[in-house]
Amino acid sequence: MIDVRAASQAMVAIASRNEEAKDVVTLRFDWDVPATPGQFVMVWVPGVDEVPMSLSYLGARKGITVKGVGEATNALTAMQAGGMIGVRGPYGRGYRIPEGKVLAVGGGTGMASLLPAVEAVPSAEVHTAIGARTETELLFEERAKNASATVRVSTDDGSRGLHGNAVQLAKAMMAETRYDVVLGCGPERMLYHLHRLCLEQGIPCQMSLERYMRCGAGLCGSCALDGSRVCREGPVFTGEELKGMREFGKQRRDECGRRVRL
Amino acid sequence: MENPTMLASGIMGETGGSLLAMAKGGAGALVTKSIGSVPREGHKNPTLVELEFGYINAMGLPNPGIEAFRDEMFEAGKAGVPIVGSVFGASAEEFASLARRMQEYGAEAVELNLSCPHAKGYGMEVGTDPDVVANIIREVKEAVVVPVFAKLTPNTHRLIDVAKAAEEAGADAIVAINTLRAMKIDVDARRPMLSNRYGGLSGPAVRGVGVRCVYELFEALKVPVIGVGGIEDWRSALEYMMAGAAAVQIGSGVGRMGPQVFGDICSGISAYMARNGFQDISQLVGVAHD
Repeated sequence: MIDVRAASQAMVAIASRNEEAKDVVTLRFDWDVPATPGQFVMVWVPGVDEVPMSLSYLGARKGITVKGVGEATNALTAMQAGGMIGVRGPYGRGYRIPEGKVLAVGGGTGMASLLPAVEAVPSAEVHTAIGARTETELLFEERAKNASATVRVSTDDGSRGLHGNAVQLAKAMMAETRYDVVLGCGPERMLYHLHRLCLEQGIPCQMSLERYMRCGAGLCGSCALDGSRVCREGPVFTGEELKGMREFGKQRRDECGRRVRL
Repeated sequence: MENPTMLASGIMGETGGSLLAMAKGGAGALVTKSIGSVPREGHKNPTLVELEFGYINAMGLPNPGIEAFRDEMFEAGKAGVPIVGSVFGASAEEFASLARRMQEYGAEAVELNLSCPHAKGYGMEVGTDPDVVANIIREVKEAVVVPVFAKLTPNTHRLIDVAKAAEEAGADAIVAINTLRAMKIDVDARRPMLSNRYGGLSGPAVRGVGVRCVYELFEALKVPVIGVGGIEDWRSALEYMMAGAAAVQIGSGVGRMGPQVFGDICSGISAYMARNGFQDISQLVGVAHD
């Protein structure tokens, strides 16, 4: 694997801004570089910070879907059409688009990374499970419906769909349909349990993970998960790869590189 | 060391797991991230700019602190290759106490970061004065029995003076070069891209400077020189060795080529030696000198 190539870097203008759910905003911008489902970009808000964001739209007009949770993400959700952001990448290894019957499981803003993968699979072959804490936080339900044979939802508080979490929903869907592969993105505790469920059921899976990320380009090691770089060997790992990782679902690292329990 | 390639400090050296992965890629030795006395977050992002022929970074010496680094060293020790503990301090005493801890943790050598170009009060700011450097080396040599490497900056006209002072003070090897102080401005944002404004340039862009420094150091010194700066294939590794490097370190090459860069360089060098009738790699060290 020789991959000498500088990533693209550009300042781009926000072409459109769309509020998807409570505190969640999609920003679209014209940036015509190749990208695959599950890849991410480093997004720079000059004077504020630079953070990794999954691409929620591919193609010439790309998109990121941001939940305001900190300084950088709040600056991004406050951004209006015409505002400028820096983007570099796309980085990482995304989903390997599978053959056969697919179950896509997204929790919270995890749907942002998952949707381009769902759209890359023939819609008759894919079922989508969307989990959120409450009805107003459900993300991309319409978009998922346009690209999937079946969409079901769960909410932690029971305000819509199954009263429970996305893993419980996935388990219920697995009882009705035999899937060939499961794709997952969401909070790591969710993915940890989804991974265990897939192992129990003997279904291959791919999960997109997050870690604190500094360079994004495979150099600094700040996003190390066991010996893998989430920014390069990830962010999407196969169930087999995750099986051997002691830190998956258990531990992340802070800005200093200290171990922090999940 | 099983082979002359080493992982350079600052790349994939912050966690035990990432160090193990570099050993798997074929590195003959591993230099850790530079570790200080206390945990440090480093600079805010952006901390990296990618260029066609390299990178400019200003990480700002993020590290978990020497206490927490014990666990990482323990894990990295399973790699079965020598670990070199890199440390940075603001004073000779701080360098000495950090070096002692690294030795306790099993480091088979320590590398003193006298050359980081983007952290206030550290690195290059202490590493361009021959007397200050000599004093640090003496303190560290008194504190540890393992070999002491001094990693020097090219951002000075006094590189040879600093290196000679380090040698006289007892340094066992000189590592050159660290990154070149640099800047990237985005013309659309109309401002420097790095949050720290200044950073350090690395990768193939600096190779010509690194090779020149190693060539000069080889002529001026008796102790071994370890070459670093833009090495990413067997040709660039051999260029440094012919300039006088007894071993080479690879940093940016891990990002550009992948972790298997170490093994690839070694097989490339072996093939070159077989083609040209060399039996021992030491025959090539400094061969470019008259």
